[in-house]
Amino acid sequence: MSAYLQDGLPSPVANNLDAPFWKGLQDNRLLIQRCANCSNWQWGPEWICHHCHSFELDFEETKASGVIYSYERVWHPVHPALASQGPYLIVLVALPAAGAVRLVGNLLGDPRQDVEIGGRVEGVFEHHLDAESNYSLLQWQNIPLE
Amino acid sequence: MSAERTLRGRAVVAGVAETTYYKRGESPDDEFKLALEAITGACRSAGISPQEIDGFASYSNDRSDASRLAAALGIHDLRFANMQWGGGGGGGSGAIGNAVAAIATGMAECVVVFRALAQGQFGRFGQGPRRNTISGEFAHTVPYGLMSPAQMFAMKVTRFMHDHQVQQAALRAISLASYQHAQNNPRAVMYGRPLDEQQYDESRWIVEPFHLYDCCQENDGAAAIILVSAERAQEFDHPGCYLLSAAAGSHHRAGAPVHNAPDYATSAFKTLAPRLFEMAGVGVSEVNVLQSYENFTGGVLMSIVEHGFCTPEECNDFFTLENLTAPRGRVPLNTSGGNLAECYMHGLGLNIEAVRQVWGESSNQVSGADISMVISGPMVTPVSACIFGSEATL
Ligand SMILES: [Zn+2]
Repeated sequence: MSAYLQDGLPSPVANNLDAPFWKGLQDNRLLIQRCANCSNWQWGPEWICHHCHSFELDFEETKASGVIYSYERVWHPVHPALASQGPYLIVLVALPAAGAVRLVGNLLGDPRQDVEIGGRVEGVFEHHLDAESNYSLLQWQNIPLE
Repeated sequence: MSAERTLRGRAVVAGVAETTYYKRGESPDDEFKLALEAITGACRSAGISPQEIDGFASYSNDRSDASRLAAALGIHDLRFANMQWGGGGGGGSGAIGNAVAAIATGMAECVVVFRALAQGQFGRFGQGPRRNTISGEFAHTVPYGLMSPAQMFAMKVTRFMHDHQVQQAALRAISLASYQHAQNNPRAVMYGRPLDEQQYDESRWIVEPFHLYDCCQENDGAAAIILVSAERAQEFDHPGCYLLSAAAGSHHRAGAPVHNAPDYATSAFKTLAPRLFEMAGVGVSEVNVLQSYENFTGGVLMSIVEHGFCTPEECNDFFTLENLTAPRGRVPLNTSGGNLAECYMHGLGLNIEAVRQVWGESSNQVSGADISMVISGPMVTPVSACIFGSEATL
């Protein structure tokens, strides 16, 4: 698939805290930080568990399946790479299987669609592989009602 | 011996000043010169020499360094140099609280709270990063096109409006109130440029639910407020305007990265508001006039709810132009024109306006404005708020 947003935004680069997450996306896996001591899910990643203060934190795979917690439709591009993008949708997705931690992504499909807070979405791994960059993002698409 | 642990009535405002307010990038002066102009202006307002200042308090990593200011002004004995952590305007009232804390505890005698901005000289807020790579928290948002303050905060406001069925007209009323007040304030950048419902409705979306007129201006300028011990109130020509309380901070894990604050759809004042009113010894119904920092109207709305002026379910009835405008509105709001229509001086202009209301010198004066409140920087963390009172409230 092609990328949701036009080319030219800054590429994410892993740091010491979030490297397993970015590596996971490249392998089509969603890895979220989890405390080895108290099993608390935590996102964004931090050096310490905010619940039990353990420094023993792992990354655990979870299902790329979530619920739209909030959203926004952007009309005014603040970055020149998006100057001819037109409106686009950003969603904040809660992961019920991972302590309801939230991820930011784009909602695939018509950017003018009605978006339902509470609606269920599934992840779509968006791979960026070219001469200048090598990373993956996690996007979201609506799960049709049965 | 233990004194009561409060800021209430411990300090009085000696003087206030602002520079000319400019549109972004139009200041003929450098940022540091603007800071000096505002500070010396506040000294003239107070009738004191700049050499009497012995403390500086600011916020949002103001670039005008306290030591350079002290050197430039020839101050003999710098005793207090304080920076409130946090970006945005969340620290405006917090810096005032810090200044008064220093005065109340004898750490300093005469503290100036200031903020200076020349975005033309130093680059703009609200712009996406211009580098090729990004790491850390922003790596989890920027590649999805979420990078400006409007985009960071629209997500919270959308959820709040959804949860409580708040209509767009409530946001519009906040914007119209600022513009209406600015028409009586010659200092306002939007003086002579009124806004009506149709213009608002037809203005372009920046990011839903924010139209163009829901978003603050970008400006150049500086503002300053000088505070001294309340015992010195009689030395100044102004009527007494005392700090009754100040509170700063934010709720449980408000700063959890990547939009993970447990209580998300909030302006971050729920834990502060009770502390603010308790220290002041006043209730929300006693507040005569209110300034609330408009980065975006949605934050103003949530902050007013969280201080108890109305419930979330009452928003559509409460947020009307009639209720929000001086002199007779239920809660006259942003009576100088605020960040939307007077000037975006990172909110310190709102604190100055709150003082002018107590002094009886506002361009949109509320009669009997004895209790005058400021809410600084909703939706960032930490946020802050303060309440000023006339001599009658002591
Ligand atoms: Zn733990």
